[in-house]
Amino acid sequence: MSTVKLTNVNKTYANGAHAVRGVNMDIANGEFIVFVGPSGCGKSTLLRMVAGLENVTEGDIHIDDERINDVSPSERNVAMVFQNYALYPHMSVRGNMSYGLKNRGDTKEEIYEKVVAAAKTLHIEDFLDRQPNQLSGGQRQRVAMGRAIVRNPKVFLFDEPLSNLDAKLRVQMRIEIKKLQRKMGVTSIYVTHDQTEAMTLADRLAVINNGRIEQMGKPIELYKDPKTLFVASFIGSPQINLISVQFDGNLLKSGKLEIEGFKNLPTDENLVLGIRPEHLRTNDNGPLRLKIDLVEQHGADNLIYGTLIDAVSEAGGDLEICLRVNQKQEPQIGDVLKLEYDHENALVFNKDTGLRLV
Amino acid sequence: MVKINWHTLSGHLILIIGALFMTAPVWVAFMSSTHSAETLFRDGLQVWPGGHFFSNYNEVLFEEGGVMKKVTASRMLLNSLTLGVGFAAGKVVISMLAAYAIVYFRFKLAAPLFWIIFMTLLLPLEVRIIPSYEVVAKMHLLNTYTGLILPLIASATGTFYFRQFYKSVPEELLEAARLDGANAWRFFIDILVPISKTMIAAILIIMFVVGWNQYLWPLIMTTDENNYTLVIGIKQIYQVLSEGGELPQFQKAYALTILATLPPVAVVLVFQSWFVKGLVESEK
Repeated sequence: MSTVKLTNVNKTYANGAHAVRGVNMDIANGEFIVFVGPSGCGKSTLLRMVAGLENVTEGDIHIDDERINDVSPSERNVAMVFQNYALYPHMSVRGNMSYGLKNRGDTKEEIYEKVVAAAKTLHIEDFLDRQPNQLSGGQRQRVAMGRAIVRNPKVFLFDEPLSNLDAKLRVQMRIEIKKLQRKMGVTSIYVTHDQTEAMTLADRLAVINNGRIEQMGKPIELYKDPKTLFVASFIGSPQINLISVQFDGNLLKSGKLEIEGFKNLPTDENLVLGIRPEHLRTNDNGPLRLKIDLVEQHGADNLIYGTLIDAVSEAGGDLEICLRVNQKQEPQIGDVLKLEYDHENALVFNKDTGLRLV
Repeated sequence: MVKINWHTLSGHLILIIGALFMTAPVWVAFMSSTHSAETLFRDGLQVWPGGHFFSNYNEVLFEEGGVMKKVTASRMLLNSLTLGVGFAAGKVVISMLAAYAIVYFRFKLAAPLFWIIFMTLLLPLEVRIIPSYEVVAKMHLLNTYTGLILPLIASATGTFYFRQFYKSVPEELLEAARLDGANAWRFFIDILVPISKTMIAAILIIMFVVGWNQYLWPLIMTTDENNYTLVIGIKQIYQVLSEGGELPQFQKAYALTILATLPPVAVVLVFQSWFVKGLVESEK
């Protein structure tokens, strides 16, 4: 039963880089939290601060009401799974899993029982006497997880644990991690840059950008109700379509394209209209026209990429957008489609501050 | 039809000639060491075995006055072994610890200290031999193993190799060990030393041979016959040969030479298999 609380956590490196800026977060017992963001956004640094591998420059980290800023990593009772597994290459699987317990002073019998129990949970009991270099990537990943769960930690920390696996294994392990976490009910923090992993694993998701939490909440909330342009563009695959527009009091304008139906927007600011590919539909009376450049067939549905006629991109050229349609629709390259969009799902942002207006 | 691969054949031929060229002197020395002093004096170097193998080696190894006035070759072998092993082990221990400090402990002087150590590569023993001698003499360590080994074991080369190796060890290994409750000492002993096995074996081989072949320092250091190493012994015996008025004992000199080559060969052979095994297995 463990909670994690971050209070105004900051990290500044010796070279002056401000990696984490004023992060506040309350993690409930048993919750699965995912930090997601682009490379270098500070998500790993934040995780490593919870692990104790980085010092906290400012702010407090509590696990179960105990302030752990100055507690050594091993005494925090957290376990971490690393991207490259970080298995001790000279020790057998059993040795890898027992090492932490041995250092903690558990007796041989205890260690033996715990290791076997953890190995059974992860289906690696047949490999216990193998060396890491005799295992496949997926098996090594399991051993790394075994090393984490065998200690029965208060918090699991995952640092992009699936990035080194191939696509199929990644999906399989993702499901297993989720099941395992559910079963054990251990509070977990998981860092990834893969938004599919983030969406599927998280109870709550924290989108991190430039050392700050842009938004935190349930994955579906972040998808439906993003507070900033960054969150809207980071969550969702394929990416949300963004159209730079101006409001003239009546219409949203991008080049010669005019879009109706918006009210009460500022007229003196640069705006961005965001429409997700799945919220666009073909309709012969629709206001938007798309010239098809490319069709991607994904099986269940098709993704159509094309140029939005009349609209102007930020750089002043053609504006590329994407739309998701049912696989029965098989449009040809070069065709022009008329589109309508779900008005209630359209998002409008202030381009300069990135904040959402509608 | 058997097709002759001229490329392979010529390659082998060159290798065989090269091998013969390299081993022929050893063969001649070995064969000559099995003849009597008279045969050698009368007929010169021998290429076929003679009948004095046991008597010659027995005399050299075990009889007082066999080679020197009182020290035997077995005693010199022991001295050489002590020097070789102490030298190699000392260098490995010192350079592992130094490299560990430089790579894993973030203290301000780490970089300058490393470069100072590195620069001592420019100062071989020969350059500092007089001050070293004086220090050892003042500490009353002449004619002792400590005095023989201690001034030689600081190793810039070893430190450099271990530093490069440690730098290639993924940082996550250290972090995983820290989370597993290993302190600096435990990490070194439990993780770093075992994964350096290959490096240790390689450096032990090289340094044992270097230590075994040390010449100048033992020559200056040891005045007592009991502390002679084999290499010094060979030099002394040839000196005696050229100065004395008796029948030169060349067969003993050759026997001593053969004895001096055996341990380095053995060490290389033994450790080589470790070395290769380590290389094959240490895939990360």
